[in-house]
Amino acid sequence: MEWYLPVIWAALIGTAVAMYVILDGFDLGIGVLFPFARNEMQRDQMMRSVAPFWDGNETWLVLGGGGLLVAFPIAYAVIMPAMYLPVIVMLLALVFRGVAFEFRVVAHSKHWWNFAFTFGSVLATFAQGVILGGLIQGIKVQDGHFAGGHFDWATPFAFLCGAALVAGYALLGATWLIMKTEGEVAVRARSQAKILLLVVLVFMAAVSLYTPLAFERIAQRWFSLPNFYFLWPVPLLTAILAFALWRWLDQRRDVLPFVATIGLFFLGYLGLVISSYPYLVPPSLTIWDTAAVPASQIFMLIGTVFLLPIILGYVIFIYWLFRGKVKEGESYH
Amino acid sequence: MDLDPVLLARIQFAFTVIFHIIFPSFTIGLSAYIATLGVMWLRSDDERYHRLMRFWTKIFAVSFAMGVVSGIVLSYQFGTNWSRFSVVAGNVVGPLIGYEVLTAFFLEATFLGILLFGFNRVPPWLYVLSAAIVATGTAMSAFWILSANSWMQTPTGHEVRYGVAFPVDWVRIVFNPSFPYRFAHMLNAAYLTTGFVVLAVGARYLLAGKHVEDAKVMMRMGIGLMAILAPLQLFIGDQHGLNTLKHQPIKVAAMEGHWDGSKPADFHIFAWPDEKAERNWFEISIPRGSSLILTHSWDGLVPGLKSVPPDQRPPLLNVFFGFRIMLAVGFYMIAAALFGVYLWWRDRLFDTDWYLRILSVTWWTGFVAVIAGWVVTESGRQPWLVHGILRTADAISPVPATSLLGTLALFVVCYGIVFSVGIYYINRLINKGPEGRALEEPEGFPNRPLTGAEDAARDAIGQRG
Repeated sequence: MEWYLPVIWAALIGTAVAMYVILDGFDLGIGVLFPFARNEMQRDQMMRSVAPFWDGNETWLVLGGGGLLVAFPIAYAVIMPAMYLPVIVMLLALVFRGVAFEFRVVAHSKHWWNFAFTFGSVLATFAQGVILGGLIQGIKVQDGHFAGGHFDWATPFAFLCGAALVAGYALLGATWLIMKTEGEVAVRARSQAKILLLVVLVFMAAVSLYTPLAFERIAQRWFSLPNFYFLWPVPLLTAILAFALWRWLDQRRDVLPFVATIGLFFLGYLGLVISSYPYLVPPSLTIWDTAAVPASQIFMLIGTVFLLPIILGYVIFIYWLFRGKVKEGESYH
Repeated sequence: MDLDPVLLARIQFAFTVIFHIIFPSFTIGLSAYIATLGVMWLRSDDERYHRLMRFWTKIFAVSFAMGVVSGIVLSYQFGTNWSRFSVVAGNVVGPLIGYEVLTAFFLEATFLGILLFGFNRVPPWLYVLSAAIVATGTAMSAFWILSANSWMQTPTGHEVRYGVAFPVDWVRIVFNPSFPYRFAHMLNAAYLTTGFVVLAVGARYLLAGKHVEDAKVMMRMGIGLMAILAPLQLFIGDQHGLNTLKHQPIKVAAMEGHWDGSKPADFHIFAWPDEKAERNWFEISIPRGSSLILTHSWDGLVPGLKSVPPDQRPPLLNVFFGFRIMLAVGFYMIAAALFGVYLWWRDRLFDTDWYLRILSVTWWTGFVAVIAGWVVTESGRQPWLVHGILRTADAISPVPATSLLGTLALFVVCYGIVFSVGIYYINRLINKGPEGRALEEPEGFPNRPLTGAEDAARDAIGQRG
């Protein structure tokens, strides 16, 4: 019990974060692509394609943060102060792009809220990438407390991760638009997706090469034997999927590019998990070091086991309800 | 310059949490009102209810968005500002917040999608049901967050080992002694807050002579409900106060500005409590008033502030004046609601201009009372973050004061912009009124080909979204 509860929770929070990255990823990506729309009609159409969902999507972020507090309070207490500035910047950026959904509809001049939506989306995404990078490169901890400097996170690698995530979310957003819109928006998204795919692959390669070179523990994980025998399919599958995505974009498929992009994200995510497990706060705190007491983890687990399927049920229901493509000129409310 | 990180972290948290509570106080009540309108529409098939439902839903959307984004900030600020809090209390408070996310946030966020965009996609009953689910979600959210807050005020069901709280009995943790009172008090406050906004809007339309039929519906529903809930709030508040006296007597002493526990307590209508001199200045008091309220006896004694050393007393001015502001608003609400009933009975409710004018400008009263009440209970808990377990000063994150100051400035600027613009837009939606736009645009229905007429309408109104 003591041993596997934290593993279950790590898996649950890992799932919540993955859900967040994919779901809010595509609506943040819409924000990144927003300036490339030709006119307000197209921007309306892009926003309309995510409007019924964004609020629920962002809730996964609360579940990720809340889940960390619930299951790994010590990790939460270390990560939040260590990532203080990027976290606050991300939150404020999310404020602006979140209210932009509603404010844009009632504003006389949409100009400012278009800007807020784009700027907020890009900044929030970048900050999330920085936080991710900051976590991968490790946080200095002493006696279970954060003991590093307040700009320890600000490394070229973290900024690289920030830029990578902007490109990644934009790719998710573009393939979402291919699936959910028609007309010029969808056509443009298809050509954007191709460029973005190349950019994302470059970033993925950069991170995959840099991390084992810079961090001994990550090199150990991937290249020691027998690990290598089990792990080589991860980069291979990534390459195959990227190739398939390119083909599907060429073949004018609507749904498959989005699915393939989710697959790419999943593999990238898996790679990062493999690099860091069992550390929640690399390089010192494991999931067991930071876990809440079993009584708390069990109490929450019981509720989660019942509630998560229900949540997934109505989340699927709402995606089903708002299925189909959004046309150009589709109104918002 | 010598900056105190604890003070800065507190100011920052107070700022973001006060900003946040404005929106739940409104959306908890408004979602219930929208659901009620929906049910009445289904039952009566009266178009007025439907029109009002759609109208308030637009305002709800704007308020809810601001509530969501400011709430996400809070769920992370526990860690950024008070990281020791999650270590010491995380085992107990964490799951309560977790349950809030699982039982409330997803529910609200998802069904709000149907409420805002699903009108033409779902049958009316499901549309109204979604409104009811959103309302239930907001109330459920209040349930969990108030349980967590109440546990911080009156912790039970745990044990402290090595300075960390461990859960022992979840039922006693969730239903801790102050929780039922605080929950009832806050939920009712949210309904009152919304009620007075609805009344203000109704009164405004009546005075302007527009949307008169809709305004009458709002006035009748508002007055009817407020006349019950406003006096009820006095009763709940009184019970809540007695509960606080039992568990946090020093908070009550601060609320009453009561120093010497060996004498019966006066009720100070006004006073200036002086922390240094340990006495009040400029007292205007009802002799033995507080003793009568708190002990129901003329000679009853309650603990005074001097019964504990100064470092265990809460900041007096916040608590003392917060309490009086809340009371003043409460009595205004009772008077306004009961007088409304009187006018209604005399059939003058819709044409007593001075009364309508007062209602139309006092839309903000509920918000002020909610904020004042929270200042009382949160400042009154000081110097503790978790009563008896963790002091606020010991919960601070290892973040330098300069970072806190910088981000505080960012929060003030960003929230300032978002808040003023939000209020401005809500005001404009209210000005437009239940009819909404000159041409009601078709609800988004991507699978349906647009008709020519709708295309023409769209051209006529230009590129409005």
